[in-house]
Amino acid sequence: MLKKTKKIELQIDEYLDMVLRGALIFKEGIKYYLSGQLDEFHQKLDEASRTESEGDNLRRVIETKLYINTLIPEHRGDVLGIIENSDKVLNTLEEVLSQFAVETPEILPELSQYFLELSDSAVSSVESMVQAVRAYFKNINEVRDHINKVMFFEKESDKIADKIKRMVFRMENLELSSKIHIRYFAFHIENIADSAEDVCDRLSIAAIKREL
Amino acid sequence: MIWFYLISGLFLGWTLGANDACNIFGTAVTTKMLRFRFAAILASTFIVIGAVISGGGTSHTISELGEVNALAGAFTVSLASGLTVFVFIKNGYPVSVSQSIVGSIVGWCIFTSTPVDIPSLTRIVITWIVNPFISGIFAYLIFKLIKHSLKKLNIHILEIDFYTRMALILVLIFGSYSLGANNIAKVIGVFINSNPFKDVNVLNIFTIPALNQLFMLGAFAMAVGIFTYSKRNIETVGGEIFTLSPVSALASVLASSIVLFLFSSESIEKLLHNLNLPALPLVPVSITQSMVGAIIGIGVAKGVTNLNFRILGKISVGWIITPIASAVVCFVLLFFVQNVFQAKIVVPISYELSEPVINEIKKTNAYTDSLSKYKFEVFHSQFEFRKSLNEIGIEKEEYLYSIFAIAKIENYLIDSNLAKQKLSPDNFTDEQIQNIKKYHGKYFTHKWQIVNEFSSISPGWRYLEDTPVNKYFNKFLKTRFEIIFDTFKIKESK
Repeated sequence: MLKKTKKIELQIDEYLDMVLRGALIFKEGIKYYLSGQLDEFHQKLDEASRTESEGDNLRRVIETKLYINTLIPEHRGDVLGIIENSDKVLNTLEEVLSQFAVETPEILPELSQYFLELSDSAVSSVESMVQAVRAYFKNINEVRDHINKVMFFEKESDKIADKIKRMVFRMENLELSSKIHIRYFAFHIENIADSAEDVCDRLSIAAIKREL
Repeated sequence: MIWFYLISGLFLGWTLGANDACNIFGTAVTTKMLRFRFAAILASTFIVIGAVISGGGTSHTISELGEVNALAGAFTVSLASGLTVFVFIKNGYPVSVSQSIVGSIVGWCIFTSTPVDIPSLTRIVITWIVNPFISGIFAYLIFKLIKHSLKKLNIHILEIDFYTRMALILVLIFGSYSLGANNIAKVIGVFINSNPFKDVNVLNIFTIPALNQLFMLGAFAMAVGIFTYSKRNIETVGGEIFTLSPVSALASVLASSIVLFLFSSESIEKLLHNLNLPALPLVPVSITQSMVGAIIGIGVAKGVTNLNFRILGKISVGWIITPIASAVVCFVLLFFVQNVFQAKIVVPISYELSEPVINEIKKTNAYTDSLSKYKFEVFHSQFEFRKSLNEIGIEKEEYLYSIFAIAKIENYLIDSNLAKQKLSPDNFTDEQIQNIKKYHGKYFTHKWQIVNEFSSISPGWRYLEDTPVNKYFNKFLKTRFEIIFDTFKIKESK
C-alpha cells in the first residue's frame, strides 16, 4: 500500500519535472530562434512536443490512480485542478514554440533583447509555480513564498510585453501587419506567465483549505 | 421460551450495532477514507472478539443496578430500551443505548417495588456527564498534536492520506474491540442471571464458558445491526451533525475509543490503582456521547464558531429525554406483559426481620426503632416488604436498598467438596480455601452472615475503610465474596 502511494508521489514529481523541463526547453528554443540557429530551434521544438505528449500521458495516469484508489478524498478536486492547470502551462509552452516555427515572425534585432527578457521572466514564473506546487504536496508552509515569486514574475512579464508593444507600434518604417504580428508573439509569451498565475490562484485557495 | 425472551436482547443488540457502531467508522466512511463494506466487516469482527474476550468487566455494574431476576422482566427491559432507541434513531437523534437501558432497569425497579441502588445509579449518571467532557479534552489535544506534527514534519499529502487511512483502520479495530467489550453488557447484561447456555468443552482442550457464548450471540446481533441499518444512520446522523476532515475524523474517533477503553478496562483500573491514582468507575459508557464530546473538542480546537449550537441543543435534549422515556416505556410494557400476557416479570424474594437481621441493620443509617414492629416477621415479595417499610415511615430509597439487601433470605450451604472443585487458586489463596472448608456443612440464610463470619477469622476477609486507596482492595474482596455466594448458593430445582 505504502509502495503504491510512494509510486504515485514519484509520478507527480516526475510530472512536475516535465513541466519544468518544458519551460527550460522553451527558453533555449527562443534563444536559438532569436539568434537565427534554426536547426537547433527545431530540435528544441521536437523536444517540447515530446515532453508535452509524455506529460499528457502521465497526467492521465495520475488522475486515474487518484480516482481508482479514492486517494486524498478531501483534496482530490484541488489536486486534479492544479495538475490540469499545470498541464495548460506545458501546452502553452509547446504551442508558442510551434507558432514560432509555423509563422516565422521577423523579430527586429533591436527587439531581440526584450524578447529574451520576456521569455526569461515567463520561464521564471513557471519555475516558481512548479516549486509552489511541489510545496503544496510536501511543505505547505512554503507555498506562499513561491506563489509570491510567481506573482512577481508575472507582473514583470506584463511590463516587458507592454514595453515591446509600445516600441513596435512607435516604429515608423514597419508595416502595420508586421507590428501586429510581433505584438501577437509578445502577447503569447506573456500568456505563459498568466497561465502559471492561474495555477497559483487555484493553489492559494487549496493551500488555505489544507491548513484548516 | 428462553430463546424467545432473548430475542428482545438481540433486538437491542441490533439497535446498538445500527446506532453506536457507526460512530466508530461513520466518519471514516463519510470522509471517503474507507469503504462501507470494508469498515463494516472489520468492525463486526472486532466487536465479536471484544465482547467474547473482555466483555466481563462492565457487565456486573448493570446487573447490580437492578437484578432483573425473571426472564420476562429482562425481555421487557431490553424491548423497552430497543424500542426507545429505535424511535430516536429513526427521527435523527444520536442517542445513547446505555442511557436507555439504565432508564429501563429503573423502570423495572419502580414497577416491581425493588429499591434502586442509588450510589450505583449516581455513578453511572455522573459518567454520562463526565464522558463527553473527557472525550472532548482528549480530542482537542489529539487534534492539536496531529496538526502541529504535520506542520513540523512536512509529510507528502499522499503519505498523510495513507497514514490517516491506516490509523483509521487501527482505531476502527481498537474502537470496535472496546465497543464490543464495553457494550455487550447493555445487550445481554440483563440476561446474565438467566443464561440459557451451558459451558461447552471443546475436545477436552478448552472450555467455552456459558457467559462467553451469551456474549457472542449478542455481538452477532450487533454485527447484523451494522450491516442492515447503520449505512442509513451514517448518512443521516453522521452527515447532518458535522462535516469532518479525515484528520479530524481520526482525532475524534481516537479520542472516543480511548475514553471507551478507559471506562471498560480492568487492567487500566488496576494500573491506576497501582500508581495510587483514583480509578475511573467501570461502567458501560456511551460511544455516542464520547463521539459528540470529541467532535465538540475538535470544534473548539478549530475555533468555536464552527460549532452548530442548534444541533448540539437537540442532542442534549435527546440525552435528557432518553432515560426518562425508556423508564416510562418499560413501566408501561411491564404492565402489559404482566397483566395481558400473564408472564412472570419478577421472581418474588422473601425477606425476614429476625433479630440478627435487625441487629445488622442497626449498623447502618437505615435503622429506626419502628422496625421492631415487624420483628420476626417474614415478607414474601418485594412489593409487600416495601409497602410494610413505607408504612413505618422508611421511604428513603437508599435506606430501603440497604434494608432489602440485609433482610433478603437466600440459602447457602458451605460444602468443602464444592470448594475444592469450584474455587480456583487464581482467586483464592490456600489459606483462604482452608478457611472456607472449615465451615463445611454450615448453613447461612443471608449474604452478610457469610461476610461477618469470614471476617471474624482473618483480616484478609475484612473490608477496609472506604477510601480511594482501599477501593481496589474492597472491590477485589467483593468479587471474591460474589464467587463464594455463587458457589454455595442452594439452587432451587427448576
